[in-house]
Amino acid sequence: MNYIAEHPARVLALSVAHVELVAFALIVACAIAFPLGLVAARRPRLASWLLGTLGALYTIPSLALLAVLVQLFGLGPAPIFVALVLYAQFMLARNVVAGINGVDRAQVDAARGLGMSSSQTLARVEIPQALPVMIGGVRVAAIAAIAIATLGGYVGTTGLGVLIFNGLTLHQSSMIVAGSLAASILAIVVDALLRLVERRARTVLG
Amino acid sequence: MSDAAIRFANATVRYPGADRNAVDNVSFDVAPGELVVLLGPSGCGKSTLLRTVNRLVALDAGSVEFFGTDVTASDPVELRRNIGYAIQAVGLFGHMTVAANIGVVPSLLGWSAGQIDARVDELLSMVDLDPARYRNRKPRELSGGEAQRVGVARALAARPRALLMDEPFGAVDALVRTELQRELLRIVRELNTTTIFVTHDVDEALLLADTIVAMHSGRVEQIGEPAMLLDRPESEYVRTLFHSGDALYREYFLHVRSEMRES
Repeated sequence: MNYIAEHPARVLALSVAHVELVAFALIVACAIAFPLGLVAARRPRLASWLLGTLGALYTIPSLALLAVLVQLFGLGPAPIFVALVLYAQFMLARNVVAGINGVDRAQVDAARGLGMSSSQTLARVEIPQALPVMIGGVRVAAIAAIAIATLGGYVGTTGLGVLIFNGLTLHQSSMIVAGSLAASILAIVVDALLRLVERRARTVLG
Repeated sequence: MSDAAIRFANATVRYPGADRNAVDNVSFDVAPGELVVLLGPSGCGKSTLLRTVNRLVALDAGSVEFFGTDVTASDPVELRRNIGYAIQAVGLFGHMTVAANIGVVPSLLGWSAGQIDARVDELLSMVDLDPARYRNRKPRELSGGEAQRVGVARALAARPRALLMDEPFGAVDALVRTELQRELLRIVRELNTTTIFVTHDVDEALLLADTIVAMHSGRVEQIGEPAMLLDRPESEYVRTLFHSGDALYREYFLHVRSEMRES
């Protein structure tokens, strides 16, 4: 605790850098996972293959994956960024598939029967109806990403991981605690905010 | 060209892996402005037959003509925008207001916002819901009966040439159902909309139908006016279905029928 009290500006700067890394990675991850999930949602065989593959990827220990990515991309922000995008795919795509498949069949039948094309049914009915579940996926992915992003400190990226790994090297437990605590608080805040968005989406879209 | 609004000619549907045809060689005409009820137990093919008209189900043999044109000659999306569709589960879009739900087909057809608003109010009044109170509600704020009224209004929104209804009142309680039946009758007679109405409820068929098509195992058992099916059943199945010989049943339904048509 005393590290945060003594260096509030540094902890804050690293927290902001941490959030930037996670947010940027999530935006890119969503841009990949959402189209993938939408394509797979209507094709059960493709969906089980896709989620199986992404699920397998998700089980690779993050440190091992990071080691491979460092071989490919070198030190710096690239390997951790790629790792975050890859890990998020499973939770994002899974919730897109589950969200679309969970849409009330009567609404889809009505949409088609009234004369919406497939893409109109998707845009006007299925995506709005699936949005709360999709936001739920973003929330879970964001929390995981905040934790995994601390490994960035190990491969030379700025963020809260810097405190944790410098603390380990310097045997400064107060730095380790400060980094971990700040990351936990970030995760809790982001979780609460996205839960709020999710609940709001549920009431608006109900 | 024929003068029928909808003509089924040897219509046949077999679902993949099924051991018999879901709809088996069905032929009959629906006249313009007529209300035809497809009646039969679940699994008799009545909903499947209904859904061949707007091409939600494809025929494996035979044809369906819609106002003289084979339905397969039209783009399915275009075709459906000219045919109202209302189902038991209603399927109101949960994220849209009542007004937006009713305005769906007009908006797909590119009507102006002003035209859609006016039409929504007109339709809400037609189904006996106060526009001022209901247009901005969400589907979850409606009772079952109210939701079904909105479903009917949505089906009629773009002045379709025909209306397909798949057990629309099957999930509402008996009192509300009677009310909805009366209003449906009033509306389709007022608009002179050709209607095919699917139900498994014999009483409902007797009250609503100009013509009843009694179906069993994908085939038509008998077609005729309600009085004819009551008086001259052509098979044991139809005899049992319509309680033939029960004079009281016959009198009761023929009485309520005519009473519903006078009011």
